[in-house]
Amino acid sequence: MIGLVVFRKECSMDIATDLDRDNGLVSDSDKLAPIQEMVRSCIQCGTCTGSCPNEFAMDHTPRQLWRLVLMGEKEEIFHSKTFSLCSDCYTCTLRCPRGLPLTEAMDALKQIASEENLAKYRQSTLFYKNFIRSVRQHGRVSEMEFMTYYFAALKNPMVPLRFASLGMKLMAKRKISIQWPWRTQLSLKNMFQKVNELESHK
Amino acid sequence: MRYLYYPGCSLEGTALEYNLSTRKVMQHMGVELVEIEDWTCCGATAAEATSHLLSLALPARNLAIAERMADVKDILVPCSACYLNLKKVEEKTGKDQRMMDTLNSILAEDQLQLQGTIRVRHLLDIIVNDLGAVKIQSLIKKFFSGLAIAPYYGCQCLRPYAVFDDPEKPRSMEPIIEATGARVHQWDMASKCCGASHMNTKAEVGIELVANILKGAKGADAVVTVCPMCQMNLEAHQRKISRVHHEDLNTTILYLPQFLGLAFGILEKELGLNLNLSISKSFQKKIRKAA
Repeated sequence: MIGLVVFRKECSMDIATDLDRDNGLVSDSDKLAPIQEMVRSCIQCGTCTGSCPNEFAMDHTPRQLWRLVLMGEKEEIFHSKTFSLCSDCYTCTLRCPRGLPLTEAMDALKQIASEENLAKYRQSTLFYKNFIRSVRQHGRVSEMEFMTYYFAALKNPMVPLRFASLGMKLMAKRKISIQWPWRTQLSLKNMFQKVNELESHK
Repeated sequence: MRYLYYPGCSLEGTALEYNLSTRKVMQHMGVELVEIEDWTCCGATAAEATSHLLSLALPARNLAIAERMADVKDILVPCSACYLNLKKVEEKTGKDQRMMDTLNSILAEDQLQLQGTIRVRHLLDIIVNDLGAVKIQSLIKKFFSGLAIAPYYGCQCLRPYAVFDDPEKPRSMEPIIEATGARVHQWDMASKCCGASHMNTKAEVGIELVANILKGAKGADAVVTVCPMCQMNLEAHQRKISRVHHEDLNTTILYLPQFLGLAFGILEKELGLNLNLSISKSFQKKIRKAA
């Protein structure tokens, strides 16, 4: 059954599978191409799935995800929470009998979700983006500042409440402080601009 | 012995005690640390989740500055996430001249250049291989016989680059723990993932991963860590995890250099032990009684 589905999908791969932005999904058909290259020689053995500490919480297993990537099934991939549950433990990368860079492939999917601002991954994307915002501005991360940005961007008062008691403990121990601006001011503006420039010419 | 030192952002914030204890213990062992001038964030896991090139450019900047400073070639990095990010650049630029050129075109914006002469080393690697259990044993003032210590390595100092230990069944901390007179708690969670930032964005998943580690640590007096993210995940949510799992999973979590420092007879305060979030009374009693 699965074999048939795979066959049908592979036959239709040259037909445009782009997703329109109305669905809040990925429109650019080339974005998956470099990730397909990364997992091209996947033999579907499932070692990645058996190695993944977060597999219990995923909808598609990592093995299934790589097949979907090769089939160009963007809609299924970007409706799945699988790649956003990768915690970069590198166990699959270490064990993959084909030596594929699977953790990097997971990260590349996160990068697409972040670039496209896909609503489903909003919480993780905002977390990462606000972290990077703090880095761009000061060179180093101020944990207090970045969590404040993150909470403000989430617009959900319940999330900061979950962190309130830990925040108080850390403040009492002077591990985080509400003093702004960050004492070290190292501008990374040039670097960020150049990276943007290079990535937009890709 | 001299090393360049990259503390990383966490060690100036939530992991202050890791910074304090690393510096203190290194000084005690006659090691000089030279902090990299104007170091900046390594990108953590956030850069890799937003831009691949940025995730290499951020650590590359620090390596380029280190090259300019150095009469030594080894950088000591205590944070496993920083270590991996810096190491990645060392590994990738060593194999890929085009990547080196691309990164140099970015660094040139700030008049920096990377040549690839720096070796990135994890704190644990340096403690185990450059200093070693024999030297450590010679400095012990307090013998922790009767204490069972669970060594926790986490992921990123072990994988994907297996530099100084087995990436799945690590044992490098064991001779160090035994040098203090303590017993090594045998468990199979030593290299399992703590969930990293899941605790912030997908708490229900992070809680399960940490719960499994805390359950594995039962029977140990303390867990020693070598990463600020692991430390925070294991120590900060114990009450909640115990409640969810209907089981008392509270235990002492401390950094490896804090544990070594205690055995060297360094004052608790100098090692920042008052800054940890889960030091149990019984653990404190036991280490104070040790002689």
